[in-house]
Amino acid sequence: MKIHEYQAKELLGAYGVNVPSGTVCKTPEEVYEATKAYEKCVIKAQIHSGGRGKGGGVKLASSPEEARGIAEKMIGMQLVTHQTGPEGKLVRKVLVTGAASYEKEFYLSVAADNENENLVIIASAAGGTEIEETAKLHPELIVKEPVSIFGGFRAYQGIGVAKKLGLTGTLQKEFIATLRGMIRLFIEKDCSLVEINPLVTTTDGHILALDAKVNFDDNALMRHPEIAELRDIDEEDPKEARASEFDLNYISLDGNIGCLVNGAGLAMATMDIIKKFGGSPANFLDVGGSATTERVTAAFEILLSDPNVKAIMVNIFGGIMKCDIIAEGVVTAAKKLGMTVPLVVRLEGTNVERGKEILKESGLAIIPAEDMADAARKAVEAAGGAK
Amino acid sequence: MSILVDQNTRLLVQGITGSQGRFHTEQMIQYGTKVVGGVTPGKAGEEVLGVPVFDTVKEAKEATNANASIIYVPPKFATDALFEAIDAELDLVVCITEGIPILDMARVKNYMRGKKTVLVGPNCPGLISPGKAKVGILPGYIHKEGHVGVISRSGTLTYEAVNQLSQRGIGQSTAVGIGGDPIRGLGFIDVLKRFEEDPDTYAVVMIGEIGGSGEEAAAEYIRDHMTKPVAAFISGQTAPKGKRMGHAGAIISGGKGTAAGKIEALTNCGVIVAPTPDRIGEALVEAIRRAGIYEKCLIQA
Repeated sequence: MKIHEYQAKELLGAYGVNVPSGTVCKTPEEVYEATKAYEKCVIKAQIHSGGRGKGGGVKLASSPEEARGIAEKMIGMQLVTHQTGPEGKLVRKVLVTGAASYEKEFYLSVAADNENENLVIIASAAGGTEIEETAKLHPELIVKEPVSIFGGFRAYQGIGVAKKLGLTGTLQKEFIATLRGMIRLFIEKDCSLVEINPLVTTTDGHILALDAKVNFDDNALMRHPEIAELRDIDEEDPKEARASEFDLNYISLDGNIGCLVNGAGLAMATMDIIKKFGGSPANFLDVGGSATTERVTAAFEILLSDPNVKAIMVNIFGGIMKCDIIAEGVVTAAKKLGMTVPLVVRLEGTNVERGKEILKESGLAIIPAEDMADAARKAVEAAGGAK
Repeated sequence: MSILVDQNTRLLVQGITGSQGRFHTEQMIQYGTKVVGGVTPGKAGEEVLGVPVFDTVKEAKEATNANASIIYVPPKFATDALFEAIDAELDLVVCITEGIPILDMARVKNYMRGKKTVLVGPNCPGLISPGKAKVGILPGYIHKEGHVGVISRSGTLTYEAVNQLSQRGIGQSTAVGIGGDPIRGLGFIDVLKRFEEDPDTYAVVMIGEIGGSGEEAAAEYIRDHMTKPVAAFISGQTAPKGKRMGHAGAIISGGKGTAAGKIEALTNCGVIVAPTPDRIGEALVEAIRRAGIYEKCLIQA
């Protein structure tokens, strides 16, 4: 789960990280009022995406009037970044903070290291740029330090990282405190990423987190209700948000063939094979191993609510999940919703013959398919042919 | 022969009194797996399908001489169940549960170091040695006894691959679903190594997907250490970057973990990679033909 920058900063602040004070505003008038406290201020669009600065989502203002003018344009704009896609994301609120004068910018993050089954600190003296870019252009500038999930973070490790970044004296102490807070937050709240980019040294000699990004492990939200409350459903694709209510794994894509599949691996493979036949999937959808009629119906509703969908391909390998039950779900959903697009169904596995009979007896205009390739070919054709 | 499970596996079911645990226990018993006990705290003395239930894994092991367990408990309690199985010093633990927090799995894996227990999963369909034992939720009837090993990060793609093999008259020694989580028990190399050492496995099918670097490392292992032919399939060739595709571990981040990169690594190391999921069986046939062992891999009528 992702949260906004202002929420990430509040959390980090509670863990002893020095963050600039700020105000979240939803209207230009609120921005005008908030900026009165500062000589110079920064107005930052709050959307779940990186690269906001380049897209015009971060602006400097020298007066409340100027700030209001900036906010009038920024609030309500579709902010396009390299992470949002060409349609961008609607800016609903902005964060106003005082403009800090600083000397150096650093990159600092804590992440799960899956290979070593522990945590890892990643730091770089090349702050402000994305770590992937630094990894490509200046891998020598990246400092990595493993942190044991059992042993925890130790001061000597902080000293080691600080030295490699050239931080000494008070700055080094504050840097270690920052790192300690980040790791404590990571472990206590089951984060998947805690990133400060840039972390700066201010002209008056302190460490300050100018930006912050904190992501959480979805699987652990069950034990952190206070974190789950930070979810901003406005930032999510409405179809994905709807799917999550039914425990469906759904991801929107830009094609025209809706996919309904059981199993994540098979769902990805279904997208792949549609592409191979010249088509384009409208989504990734894994209905899971225990797809009930209700879930299959919900899945169909989501697929049919997408105006881009010109055909639907159902690809099921019933293992423990029996094909006749899936078939009944498909028929019930199709009758209830009224199919408006061609439906191609491939069933394989337990009780497949009974499943096929149910589809046939339903009287629905279902296009049966022999195997996955046959289904993909027919779905591509039904959606208007290969592009 | 086979790897990891066979007719000598004496299995405990952790979470046997739950609906999932009960259903799959029945399926496993029907397949011929020796289910010797179940564990549900507070339910000691009960019986499920004629299987005695115990409060703890340790008690169950002492009473039944079990050497393996399978975990069907919800994510909230699965971490405890894992620690318990490791502390009871079982040889094998298979964790079906999906949705265990990643830091919990990091704790489990750190705790396991230097201990004897081998873990398969979590978030996996389990494993099966056809004709001998099924420890998991895989549909038993599609599997045929034979000589091809199968390793996969995906449940339904395992079934897809196995089905394609069986339809071509090619049986399987063992099929192992290693699971879709980023931190897991056995990985590709651990299982490849066991297949290489198993005299009854003649060839291997490996099914990977986007995310992580397990397939790339496996490619090098195959090139340097495997004498047996390997065919593969990688799903997620059209998956968008930065999106988690159902499995917690299936994500392309920072340009790493792409299907293209994995396919290239495998191809460069001599693995035959199926271009589409419907041609996994064909890829394996090509691999065993090239190795001159096609006839040997066929099920004897």
